Amino acid sequence: MQFSEEKLAKVKEIIARYPEGKQKSALLPVLHLAQEEFGGWLSTEAMDYVASLLQLEPIEVYEVATFYSMYNLKPVGKYTFEVCQTGPCMLRGSDDIIEYIKQVLNINVGETTPDGMFTLKTVECLGACGYAPMMQMGKHYREHLTKQKVDEIIAECRRNAAAGN
Amino acid sequence: MAEEKKLFKVTIDNITIEVEPGTTILNAARMIGGDVAPPAMCYYSKLKGSGGKCRTCLVEVAQGSAADPRPMPKLVASCRTTVMDGMVVKNITSERVLDARAGVVEFLLINHPLDCPICDQAGECHLQDLSYEHGKAGTRYEFKRRTFEKHDLGPYIQLHMTRCILCYRCVFVADQLTEKRVHGVLDRGDHAQIATYIEKALDNDFIGNVIDVCPVGALTDRTFRFKNRVWFLKPVDAHRDCPKCAGKVTLWYRGDEVFRVTARKDYWGEVHDWICNECRFEKKKTSDWVIEGPTNVSRHSVISANHYVKKEQPKELLPEIIGRNPKLLMDIHDVSEVNKPTIHLSALPGPAHSDDFNNNGVSSK
Amino acid sequence: MGRKLLLEKAHVPGIRNYDVYRREGGYAAVEKALKTMTPDEVTEQVKKSGLRGRGGAGFPTGMKWSFLAKPEGVPRYLVCNADESEPGTFKDRYLMEHIPHLLIEGLIVSSYALGSNRTFIYIRGEYAWIVDILEQAIAEAKQNGWLGKNILGTGFNCEIYVQRGAGAYICGEETALIESLEGKRGNPRIKPPFPAVKGLWDCPTVVNNVETLAAVVPIINLGGDEYAKIGVGKSTGTKLISACGNINKPGVYEIDMTISVEEFIYSDEYCGGIANGKRLKACIPGGSSVPILPANLLLKTAKGETRMMNYESLSDGGFQTGSMMGSGGFIVLDEDQCVVRHTLTLARFYRHESCGQCSPCREGTGWMEKILHNIEYGKGKMSDIDLLWDIQRKIEGNTICPLGDAAAWPVAAAIRHFRDEFEWHVLNRQECLTRNYGLANYATPLPITA
Repeated sequence: MQFSEEKLAKVKEIIARYPEGKQKSALLPVLHLAQEEFGGWLSTEAMDYVASLLQLEPIEVYEVATFYSMYNLKPVGKYTFEVCQTGPCMLRGSDDIIEYIKQVLNINVGETTPDGMFTLKTVECLGACGYAPMMQMGKHYREHLTKQKVDEIIAECRRNAAAGN
Repeated sequence: MAEEKKLFKVTIDNITIEVEPGTTILNAARMIGGDVAPPAMCYYSKLKGSGGKCRTCLVEVAQGSAADPRPMPKLVASCRTTVMDGMVVKNITSERVLDARAGVVEFLLINHPLDCPICDQAGECHLQDLSYEHGKAGTRYEFKRRTFEKHDLGPYIQLHMTRCILCYRCVFVADQLTEKRVHGVLDRGDHAQIATYIEKALDNDFIGNVIDVCPVGALTDRTFRFKNRVWFLKPVDAHRDCPKCAGKVTLWYRGDEVFRVTARKDYWGEVHDWICNECRFEKKKTSDWVIEGPTNVSRHSVISANHYVKKEQPKELLPEIIGRNPKLLMDIHDVSEVNKPTIHLSALPGPAHSDDFNNNGVSSK
Repeated sequence: MGRKLLLEKAHVPGIRNYDVYRREGGYAAVEKALKTMTPDEVTEQVKKSGLRGRGGAGFPTGMKWSFLAKPEGVPRYLVCNADESEPGTFKDRYLMEHIPHLLIEGLIVSSYALGSNRTFIYIRGEYAWIVDILEQAIAEAKQNGWLGKNILGTGFNCEIYVQRGAGAYICGEETALIESLEGKRGNPRIKPPFPAVKGLWDCPTVVNNVETLAAVVPIINLGGDEYAKIGVGKSTGTKLISACGNINKPGVYEIDMTISVEEFIYSDEYCGGIANGKRLKACIPGGSSVPILPANLLLKTAKGETRMMNYESLSDGGFQTGSMMGSGGFIVLDEDQCVVRHTLTLARFYRHESCGQCSPCREGTGWMEKILHNIEYGKGKMSDIDLLWDIQRKIEGNTICPLGDAAAWPVAAAIRHFRDEFEWHVLNRQECLTRNYGLANYATPLPITA
């Protein structure tokens, strides 16, 4: 398990942001890189690799990786729908959106479709309350969700997957 | 000659004491002793950075200092708040403190398994003492309690996470006593747990100390598990020439057999010297040790309830705190022949009998 | 039309780019500060402006800056708190997305004032695309000589870095943020020591919210005294309000703090009234942790005065009959909304976001959520309501950091003002399952339009 040259250069650049000897500060950003690079989740090997890169004890990495909700410690589907369910989104009907996605994809919250395409998660407030209901998909937010919009997003994902993106 | 340091005057529960600047409220209270000392479940004076988490030691600061007499608006963690000159602190004389503390005890217990009858820590468990002294009877929690799997952390230590109160002491031990920490706190919130992530043994020479610092039965000695209740054991101080540690320990005997070895603990349940795994787990023969004599047993220990001569007497401070002698509702000896002060139950051969209390206190046996 | 200081130029096409921002007068504050003022003079202007921290606590920014310890030979750090996570709050996101250079400009001026040569923006991990926007703005600023070594020939060096969090509300608490920036779990530190003395890598550190630091730009441009003339009393300047919930126009609005709550909700310039012609039931005016107010107490104070959108008026009456400005997350509930259900989602939020370090918060938040869940799903008892009250009371004030209070207050306020709605749930176990709303009678006396 090894980062690409490009990613290793990025790691170096990140470490250089901090004073000498404070490379532990790079842990969160480097874990993000590792998750991107190694299939969307952090295996024990991936975390151990990050530990060795930053000269940390593996437990220091496990402690951090398990604390933050954005690190996946289990494999996830190609597309992860992270639907916000906190108050402001609830007021705008997020419960219905979650139910609808469950029904359309035929999975429960926390599950991945058998084809490995979609994972459904519920999350707590993502700071898009004025654009509710919403979900995060990868790097971006999908906002003002309606059932129709959910259908479109699912179709879009399938199209992209079929096109090999 | 060093310049004489100015001492800070601090009043805790109406008792004034002078302490060095930089002393925490908790340590100042411990100097006074008795009921004035707040309970502490996570603070451990020998572990740097410990404390502040369990919130059992909260106290009210009624006066910040002589210079700035304003009270502190919130209760403060006495283990992490240093005294100021002229500070006035209320511990057991504050209703707010007692109420908050009862709340903390309840929080610590709602997810605790309450499996004391089968727990090795029973009898020397700080959570038992805490709930007895500061908690309320009964529970208001009606939900399923949180549970975790049990894990063996190598041949010597078992982790029973369900009992853990997340004091972090064992993490500090690993950080400060061993060169490489392999366990830590994983996950967060009400799912936070002490763990190694992937099954790993804790095998450092000094890792056994996590058992001694654990205030509850979460980390127990596998060589002692289910062997005996602690109150049947007789603690004896002993030492040996150990190349790794000070070798000063307490041996816990039943009959002639050493059932377990622990570090020696002080009045507050803290170890005097850390001991190594070899002393703790491998040396269980009397011939391994030079015996010094019976251990001073802490006021908390159930062992002190037994016929044990060297127990430390609790400090009686109530008259000083409340400024008068507590009112006795009734003196039992006015109405009953039982428990005559002249008769020591422990001095009786065999079980007590009503005859023992007749004849004006002269035993008929 | 209220005066705008932060978002005035936010909708100029291309303002995200340096050239447009500069053409619109951007970076004038950096020039003014670095060329004509000493660092202490900048701090003095911020003090005079009366600017209060926009992250939620409302602590005077100038005072916070003046607490910063300045021992010789020890670096000092400025950290921008962009970990915007309080439910109902999305104003910082809006500012960073639309006019990122304003934040960068504010950061340069503030770094100069505080002597920070290495300044960090700690942004919540979910705002991943905004990291790109900010990093581009930083690169542009650097290309044009506003960052780097010897800025404008003054000898002042400054670099700004963006650090992404990874999903933890608690990292919005300044000491948890610092821990996270050090690559650790976001466990808040036990204070003292405060960050101003011992913060990032044990060095003196100031942590300020995005909006606070952006507001330094107009303060320098206008002068602290001029800035202080905007607004009323101790609520000086302008405030970004992120409005959401059941309103016609959810969004981010910059207000000067002289308008009434009623105007804010009903005027077309702001929220545009309650959505779908419904009536106003309740509102959480300052982010999910501040007390919810029923409509009558929201629009008028207990004394019968018009409630205004400023720090003092929103908190008028204390927690008994008032609330807080908080972070400016303005959550509006219409007559169909169920306070119990809404409170349940907030309790779930705080349970999810508790770091687990101290016992009252770790155990109490989960307990409250479970009880609220029972009540919402028709399994509650009357005694549960008092139990909830007692639990929140025992969390509040007894935790290491303010998350405990933040978890306790919404529950307390919901029971305080909507107790009969909780009781209705207990008494109507079947009906509360089939009807996802509470008691409409709260809305009856309220106007549909102002």
